[in-house]
Amino acid sequence: MPNFIMSYLDSSVRGTPGEAGSQFWALIYVFIIFTGVSVAVMAMNWLERKALAHFQIRLGPMRVGPHGLLQPIADAIKLMLKEDIIPAEADQFAFWVAPMIGLLAAFAVYTVIPFGPSQAVSDMNIGILFMLGVSSLGVLGIVVAGWASNSHYPLIGALRSSAQMVSYEVAMGLAVVSAILMTSLNASGTGTLSMIGIVRAQQEQGVWFIFKFFPLGLIAFVIFAIAMVAETNRAPFDMAEAESELTAGYHTEYSGLRWSLFMLAEYAAMIAVSSIAVTLWLGGWMRPFPNLLNAPAWDFIFSFFPALTFFGLAAIAIVGVARMSSHSFFRIQRVGLAVFAAVLGFIAVLLLVIAVGGRSVDANVAAGSAARFREGIDDVYWFVLKVAVFMYLFIWYRATWPRYRFDQLMRVGWKVLLPISLGVLVVTAIVGVIVS
Amino acid sequence: MNPGMNPGMVRDMAPVATPFFFYLLAGLAVAGGVLVITRRNAVHSALALIVTLLAVAGLYLMLYAPFVAGIQIIVYAGGIMVLFLFVIMLVNIERSSKDRRFNRMWPVGLGAACALLALFVSAFVKGKALFPDRMMSLPESSNTQQIATMLYGEGGKMGPYTFAFEIASLLLLVAILGAVIMTKKKI
Repeated sequence: MPNFIMSYLDSSVRGTPGEAGSQFWALIYVFIIFTGVSVAVMAMNWLERKALAHFQIRLGPMRVGPHGLLQPIADAIKLMLKEDIIPAEADQFAFWVAPMIGLLAAFAVYTVIPFGPSQAVSDMNIGILFMLGVSSLGVLGIVVAGWASNSHYPLIGALRSSAQMVSYEVAMGLAVVSAILMTSLNASGTGTLSMIGIVRAQQEQGVWFIFKFFPLGLIAFVIFAIAMVAETNRAPFDMAEAESELTAGYHTEYSGLRWSLFMLAEYAAMIAVSSIAVTLWLGGWMRPFPNLLNAPAWDFIFSFFPALTFFGLAAIAIVGVARMSSHSFFRIQRVGLAVFAAVLGFIAVLLLVIAVGGRSVDANVAAGSAARFREGIDDVYWFVLKVAVFMYLFIWYRATWPRYRFDQLMRVGWKVLLPISLGVLVVTAIVGVIVS
Repeated sequence: MNPGMNPGMVRDMAPVATPFFFYLLAGLAVAGGVLVITRRNAVHSALALIVTLLAVAGLYLMLYAPFVAGIQIIVYAGGIMVLFLFVIMLVNIERSSKDRRFNRMWPVGLGAACALLALFVSAFVKGKALFPDRMMSLPESSNTQQIATMLYGEGGKMGPYTFAFEIASLLLLVAILGAVIMTKKKI
């Protein structure tokens, strides 16, 4: 194999492609992450419709594919074929550029998200600053879209959204700072802003920051968890697109592909902020109890979780096949679902083989590579699992809570979250000084 | 940079295609700046200003100052420009775009431009003497720490900019209080 491929598969090289200076692998990672996020957005779209439907005792999409599994693909085709309308009175250039700004801001942050100790495109030493800064550019897309539409509802939506995002960013930033303060509680006394460095600090201190200085870490985490819902304009903070008042808010005038870019940006931003929360407070890629249960046997047991998850998914699909009507009308759907179950089962078997094969950590290169591959899969699995919990929470919030009124929303942001996060920051600093 | 990294990788971390990126970013910044003052539509001007600010952030990155670049994006591109757009959207653009611009202010503008040009020319001619001709020797990863030491001092001693920093934050506090008092009739 060419040298540049081997350079990164070599088990002696550690670190991200950005650190190793490997442009080839950086590009591959960018491609994998872009595809993965797009697929995750489609899956999320299906899951949201299904879960919301079940919350409301409905069935949700059932027609396109078994249990509506192909519905996101049908939606994507519909959106691409739809006529792309630019209103005659709209500002052509700004209308065209607004979805691009939102999408670029949402996807650029993925360069620093650490899926594992070496599974990130790059490890910037200003990682968390970069993420907060670039994700705050997303509001520009919304503001410009609302203004460019030259229409009342989008303008009101954009104004509400920008006011809301600017207010909640303050509380969010202070909560993040109190987590960053905790990274400096080591021998040298210097903290880090790097995303990988933050997870490593939790590893060294042997505690996820959500449990650090209980309940300080927990309060900061809760403030971030509230602010991140407001930051992504999701229910119950979706004032920007409150359909009962503003039709669809800032993207009322958008249609077809351009509208789907906003959709993609919103979901990509949701995954991105969930990743920040997981990295800062929930130990990033680490499995549960890495310090308490640190024997190789525990490592071995925990490495079966990815395979077990996929076996579980396959089992759910098989139950679906068994429960489906045996009428000939449903034959194609049953076969399709059975094939889906088989694919999930195949992935599970593959993961099982990797878990068993990567067991031995020998000195020889082949076994070292296998072990490293297994570790990589474990890291990505735990990270994605934690993020997936947040994504489900987003759906749950939407199904459960009524929408805030705008003045209530502002009051919560400025008069509740901001003072609490300031207080937590000060107390964290004091406790940190006392402890060290 | 992680401590566990092998030394061979440090060499590879040297920036690639530096002149290309410098000219790209500098060109973007200048083009954005020209667009800001030539567009009749205020929102287009604001968008061009965002391009300029982001290009300047890229230039800070090339100067091994990642922290400054991050703050530039958060404060200027993310914070101040959103407020700019917020205000611009609330004024009547239809009327203001038909107003005659630079009304009788052009002699002042010309004077300021000439002064700036003279400054640039003098910096270009005497630059070798004014600025030391060497690369930044500090590692990129300690940029944040260096700034912290300059602003807050180290080991109980005040840094060179501690006083200026505190005065600036006091000034901002006064501005915030002023804004609150101006908007609130009754506190």
